Amino acid sequence: MRITQGTFSYLPDFTDEQIQAQIQYCLNNNWPIAIEYTDDPHPRNVYWDMYGLPMFDIKDAVAIMQTLSECKATFPQHYIRISGYDRSLGRATTALQFLVQRPDDEPGFYLDRQEVSDRQVRYTIRSHSVTRPRG
Amino acid sequence: MTDTPTTQGDQIDLDQVWQSSDIQALLDKLNEELIGLVPVKTRIREIAAMLLVARLREQHQMSTDRPTLHMSFTGRPGTGKTTVAMRMAKILHSLGYVRKGHLVVASRDDLVGQYVGHTAPKTKEILKKAIGGVLFIDEAYYLYRPENERDYGQEAIEMLLTAMENQRDDFVVILAGYKERMDTFFQSNPGFHSRIAHHVHFPDYSLDELVQIAELMVRQQMYAFDDDSRTAFREYLEQRVQQPHFANARSVRNALDRIKLRQANRLIRAGGSIVTSDLARIDVEDVRASRVFRGGAAAETSA
Repeated sequence: MRITQGTFSYLPDFTDEQIQAQIQYCLNNNWPIAIEYTDDPHPRNVYWDMYGLPMFDIKDAVAIMQTLSECKATFPQHYIRISGYDRSLGRATTALQFLVQRPDDEPGFYLDRQEVSDRQVRYTIRSHSVTRPRG
Repeated sequence: MTDTPTTQGDQIDLDQVWQSSDIQALLDKLNEELIGLVPVKTRIREIAAMLLVARLREQHQMSTDRPTLHMSFTGRPGTGKTTVAMRMAKILHSLGYVRKGHLVVASRDDLVGQYVGHTAPKTKEILKKAIGGVLFIDEAYYLYRPENERDYGQEAIEMLLTAMENQRDDFVVILAGYKERMDTFFQSNPGFHSRIAHHVHFPDYSLDELVQIAELMVRQQMYAFDDDSRTAFREYLEQRVQQPHFANARSVRNALDRIKLRQANRLIRAGGSIVTSDLARIDVEDVRASRVFRGGAAAETSA
């Protein structure tokens, strides 16, 4: 199941040039970039691991692309996303976040139904990639 | 446009190309803001011309390798190396040789780590910041410490060399420092010497140039010499040049700062009412009060 989260996720996957252009857009807006990866794409999993430190003071997207390709080489079968953080007063939030890599095989989610009292049903979503880890 | 280089080809209006790139404006600005330094300016103009021609050749499908742009600026302190490097970044940017045209200033501390494994990430970080711009390494010879063979500087040098070669399109390195020490540095690191295309030497300023610089600074800061204080300042410089730790334009700036301090003190001490022009006027007494006139060579080491 193809995960859709973050900006652009309903579009076909970006090429490297397109990713670079988006990163440059962030940098032009003065948003520092962070690269994050995870193996658990659960929509409620907001704590992805950061690859290195957030990259401050960088003017050119090529530098980020280098780090991104390192990250891709280290985690070839993880989800990787790029976030641009807008630190300006009154905003102070992630301004743009999009996926730049997904694993070849996306196992999707399992919907767990729990019968509780009074015929109520509680639902839990579990990602298969966590319950049945690769290897 | 389809002409081979051997035929006459299209007419190219060089004047027009030169004017339309904003190099001329940048060079003019350089001329205006930097007094003296004639050899440097000529050299920069030559480099700019070469880059422009290379660009034109590229546009007309003549084979051009990307020219090597790494430079070394040698000269004593205060001769304007950093300022010129900043302008150089702008020039390279306007010609499209670097994508962003910012200047990242780094010294040994920013590149070399303090323990094993600390150097590589530090150097990498700086290189990453410099991508798309110019990396200015001040006093580059400190990177290399032959007396300590376990020094981590060598590691930084190697990373720099690799980056200078492999990422030639991404950034330009400018090394700066004293002439003699840079020469020994290049001798012991031939790799650097061969990767650097332009060696530019910044000569010391003459006395007249120093006076002009002072005038310019005074004007920029909205102060004014009167005739007496101008002569006094000239005499000050004559003596200051002889004394140790003279750092050209930087010493001039520091001297002016101290003069401004004395001027303010004099005004406050005198009290009473003044006219606005008094706020700008530098009195001869402000200049003469300097320790330099009392032969205090060692006293003025802060310059």
